[in-house]
Amino acid sequence: MSRVTLITPKSPPPAPPPQDLYAKRKQIYPKLAHGKFRTVKWAAMVGMLGIYYLVPWLRWDRGTGVPDQAVLADFGGERFFFFGIEIWPQEAYYLAGLMILAALGLFLVTSLFGRVWCGYACPQTVWTDLYIWVERAFEGDRAARMRLDAKPMSFNKAWRKVGKHAVWLLIAFVTGGAFILYFHDAQMIAQTFFIGEAPLSAYWFAAILTFTTYVLAGTMREQVCTYLCPWPRIQAALTDEHALNVTYRYDRGEPRGPHRKGESWEGRGDCIDCKQCVQVCPVGIDIRDGAQLECIHCALCIDACDDMMKKVDRPTGLIAYDTDIAVARRAAGMPTQYRLIRARTVLYGALMVAIAALMAWGLLNRGTFEVNVLKDRSPPYVRLSDGDIRNGYTLKLVNKSGEAREMTLEANGIDGLELDVIGLEATEAGRMLLPVAAHGVDRYRIFVTVPKETAGGRDHFTLLLQDTATGELHGNRTSFMAPGD
Amino acid sequence: MSEHDKDIDQPTGVETTGHEWDGIKELNNPLPRWWLYIWYATIAFSIGYMVVMPAIPALPGMGTNTRGLAGQSDRMAVAEQVESLRTQRSASGAALLTASLEEIETDRELQQFAMASGESAFGDNCATCHGAGGRGAKGYPTLADDAWLWSGTLEGIQYTLQHGIRHEEDPETRFSLMPAFGRDRLLERQQIDDVVNHVLSLSGREVDEAASSRGADIFAAQCASCHGEDGAGDRTFGAPNLTDDIWVFGSEYRDVYNSVYDARNAHMPAWGERLDEATIKSLAVYVHSLGGGE
Repeated sequence: MSRVTLITPKSPPPAPPPQDLYAKRKQIYPKLAHGKFRTVKWAAMVGMLGIYYLVPWLRWDRGTGVPDQAVLADFGGERFFFFGIEIWPQEAYYLAGLMILAALGLFLVTSLFGRVWCGYACPQTVWTDLYIWVERAFEGDRAARMRLDAKPMSFNKAWRKVGKHAVWLLIAFVTGGAFILYFHDAQMIAQTFFIGEAPLSAYWFAAILTFTTYVLAGTMREQVCTYLCPWPRIQAALTDEHALNVTYRYDRGEPRGPHRKGESWEGRGDCIDCKQCVQVCPVGIDIRDGAQLECIHCALCIDACDDMMKKVDRPTGLIAYDTDIAVARRAAGMPTQYRLIRARTVLYGALMVAIAALMAWGLLNRGTFEVNVLKDRSPPYVRLSDGDIRNGYTLKLVNKSGEAREMTLEANGIDGLELDVIGLEATEAGRMLLPVAAHGVDRYRIFVTVPKETAGGRDHFTLLLQDTATGELHGNRTSFMAPGD
Repeated sequence: MSEHDKDIDQPTGVETTGHEWDGIKELNNPLPRWWLYIWYATIAFSIGYMVVMPAIPALPGMGTNTRGLAGQSDRMAVAEQVESLRTQRSASGAALLTASLEEIETDRELQQFAMASGESAFGDNCATCHGAGGRGAKGYPTLADDAWLWSGTLEGIQYTLQHGIRHEEDPETRFSLMPAFGRDRLLERQQIDDVVNHVLSLSGREVDEAASSRGADIFAAQCASCHGEDGAGDRTFGAPNLTDDIWVFGSEYRDVYNSVYDARNAHMPAWGERLDEATIKSLAVYVHSLGGGE
């Protein structure tokens, strides 16, 4: 395979600006773009905000005594509910699996299509987009905003600024308020919150998220991505020359320069240096400088450039989703090639499938009933006055289903073994019937006595539990200790 | 760095700091100014923190660390938490005082409370001798088996806890004294050997038959008044049952011989002097639950 050197086009370096140790943030005034990517972004924004604000209100009937909220992280009750799935604290590995899937998903998507997460789905991007939309509604588009900021304070400027910040704060509060709905019953907390009866933690988290939403989406914006977020650094290791990125096709665009109507396009590039791509950019960079850390790949420059290309009657796609290798090969006069199936994409995809399959298998086969037998360690055994040996156990019965159960308990495996459940009388038929509440853990103390003739050293027996309604059987082999070898 | 040796990095057009490692140069990109302001803010915060919170340790001549305007003290915070826990529990504690032991054991909520506080009090006060879970040790009876020296009922256990065993400062203590048959020359060594053989035979052990039958007479004369004619013991005197398989001071010939020769009169403090009534009741319920309750 022939190697192609990647060239990043550069205008000659500008004269170095006077260096200062600290730089003031340059205010960015992104211009409104129109086009298919802007439309996709609006749709993605509405969809994702809709999910965030509405999901806590979905209900899911699980029977009495259990929350009926479809998605709920119930810290008080130590449960996580996700529609039909109920996760207990000891099953936190499902959440870990979800995190691993999310991470691998990011890796896969980044190696295929670059930073689409940053461009379309990251909360920082979505809320910043929403905040810029509000800003535009109050202060107008780029040029109007720049003029307004340059003017001295006036009534006109004041009400626009105050109005903008008021709406921002309102959105921030609704964001922080919606967050706590995921941790409490949404209807209940929405009422108690405003009459001062919600838990203190709810007010704290609502306040913290209100503050961060307002500051991060309102005033910090691209600085979050550039300075605070680790992802731009990580993605540099995940993307390669075959990843589709928002790319300025310098092979077509250079040499750039202004173009008058009627002039020939011979001997020059398609870039007319109109700087529309720079003006719509929410992070204030020039995409024509090549792949950059700051670029969140929101594709708005594609829309802006396509608009201009149509106006000057040139083909669109001067800025487009393209790969570095394709641009470089075209520039060298070679045919382009796109390789979506590469070692890394196959690996990420295979890992995702494997982990998703493992989780699905785990979820489908997960029992709703668990038996834990804890043997007393002190004393390990007790000699009774008739010489028989007794061991004590704590039986923990975990019922993850919504139905209360009744289990029969018997023990066998050692000759002459006798079983006692503290606080429970055997039925007339000699059966032990253990009630187990729905969605709960029930504990029983049991004593197992073995005659001195058969006891000796370490022995084993089996505790058998059977659901009286369904016949479901659970066996638990456990040890019995007695003096001797 | 003076003006003439300014080093400009060609691809980026950014000045370098002049630092270089293996050909890699450090660009002198300016830091965002808000970052600097946040640093100033942390300095301002630290000054405020030092004024409000305890911050400066005791310097020579100061005697103590600075207290801070907020009067924050972790020690006090813990004391407050303990106090508030006490208040929260006082309702259950009061219920323990008024309820009878049987009521405590049958009321699920009270029983849970008594078990929890009893277990913790047992760990603090009783486990040193009786072992965790009442497993017992040589000289200290196992509380988890079904044999009792004085009483295994709830009230009996409460009484033992309250007044102790052979605790002479308490007039109501459980009291009895076994004579030291050997040390006090009440029996000859040969007679002790005979009686030990008899005692061991009571729990079905193989012994010297001749010695055992000689010992039976001595047992009837010297021991039966407390341990009973059949050796089944008498709780009035805390005299152990000699026919079962449980031996507080060991089951070997030598152990039993020593018990007869020197006598074993074990002591337990009267916990009523040290623990409040609610704790004693909790302990009674807990000990009763260990497996030997009657």
